[in-house]
Amino acid sequence: MERGVVKEMTKPEYEWTWKELPVGNVILEPGNASQYRTGDWKTLKPILNKELCVHCGLCYIYCPDMAYHLDEEGFFIADLFYCKGCGICSKECPTGAISMVLEEEK
Amino acid sequence: MEVSIAAAEAVKQCNVDVISAYPITPQTHIVEKLSELVANGELDAEFFCVESEHSALSVCVGAAAAGARAFTCTSSQGLALMSEITYIASGLRLPMLMILANRTLSAPLSIWNDHSDAMMIRDCGWIQFFVENGQEVYDHVFISYRLGEDRSVLFPVIINMDGFILSHVIEPIELIEQEKIDQFLPPYQPLYRLHPDRPITMGAYALPSIFAETKKAQEVALRSSMPKILETWKSFGDMTGRYYSPIETYKAEEADTLLVTMGSFGETASVAVDQMRKEGRSVGLVKIRLWRPFPFEAFKKATLHAKQLVVIDRAVSVGACGPVASEIKAALYGESIRPSIYNFVAGISGRDVAPSDFIKMVDKAEVEIEEGNREGFEIYGVRE
Repeated sequence: MERGVVKEMTKPEYEWTWKELPVGNVILEPGNASQYRTGDWKTLKPILNKELCVHCGLCYIYCPDMAYHLDEEGFFIADLFYCKGCGICSKECPTGAISMVLEEEK
Repeated sequence: MEVSIAAAEAVKQCNVDVISAYPITPQTHIVEKLSELVANGELDAEFFCVESEHSALSVCVGAAAAGARAFTCTSSQGLALMSEITYIASGLRLPMLMILANRTLSAPLSIWNDHSDAMMIRDCGWIQFFVENGQEVYDHVFISYRLGEDRSVLFPVIINMDGFILSHVIEPIELIEQEKIDQFLPPYQPLYRLHPDRPITMGAYALPSIFAETKKAQEVALRSSMPKILETWKSFGDMTGRYYSPIETYKAEEADTLLVTMGSFGETASVAVDQMRKEGRSVGLVKIRLWRPFPFEAFKKATLHAKQLVVIDRAVSVGACGPVASEIKAALYGESIRPSIYNFVAGISGRDVAPSDFIKMVDKAEVEIEEGNREGFEIYGVRE
């Protein structure tokens, strides 16, 4: 599935009534896990200091949720829709370019 | 014909695709026979020799998810090891058949019969039958597949048959011609199945925001399978002349005292009822064939006229009472006029229960209830 293209979900899981569920709760839309916002689990979010970034891609490699993607300028950026805020990218970054900050702080 | 062999014959006649089981007494003969039938080419099925019962049922779940007709068979500790997967099979609404040759759960270790294994998974969400004799075992194999695979049902089914007492007994069994079976049981047409051409997900994680909806859907579906159960029994009866019902009664109409049994106890108890009737006593028998979904209405209809019920359990819910008795107490609680219930746990771990024992239990219960003990519970025949 193309990055960032979120398929139209019929509706969020909290809107389903028990009568509408498919038998056995089978999921009939392949790939709809991409519509699941794991990003709202986090308390800390990664912030990249582009001046320190050496484009090594270790954050991309280590990210357990594959939340990182390469932007047009050649930087690896975490997609906050998926990022759970685990901080592994920040820990692994060899230049200390990624800092974890509280979500509500700008 | 040995009942286990008849059961295997029925499974063969259902033309199953996958058999997966692990040997355990007393279900062994069924699977042994099936492996023979597969090995000599009489049955075109995949026979999986797995390393445990957990795997045995997991294979059946996978097979059913892929659209196969699956069969397994177990007892006692084997079921305990399978128990995790029993909830998964029903939650995924995958039809399959398990014959459970009921055997006591350890400890102490015992290979003999009682219902403690079945009661362990009482709430697993399968349709659960308790049969009384070999003919019922044979017949219910066809009934179970047709019922479970019906689009309006889609549940796995357990046939409980008393280990040794039924599994190893030799009795006359009327077999059904293959052409009739083929008519009665069409090939399995799954509603959903795992197939690379049409990807779906089975067994996905459910958040608290949707789990209760999924459970309600499952609960209502199992409860609502009752009309289809009755209809399937009716069609089977029309084909064979053998009609079954969720609750079967014997000389129960207008009887003051009713024995309530489940499984092979029924036949012995009916002999006891005959003897007591000869002595002019007002005693009848009520047999529970369908355990889940529990036939509340049929049970009330069969028992509400009685003064007292003598409920014979073949398992004990340690710290409470017999599980059948507690079910029945719950079933009758809403009635303003209801019979007294005296509960015996008898025949655990295969101890013989003769007609004379049923008479002694009725004697004891009638005296106790007369003296005001309306909710007695005891393990019968224990040396003091």
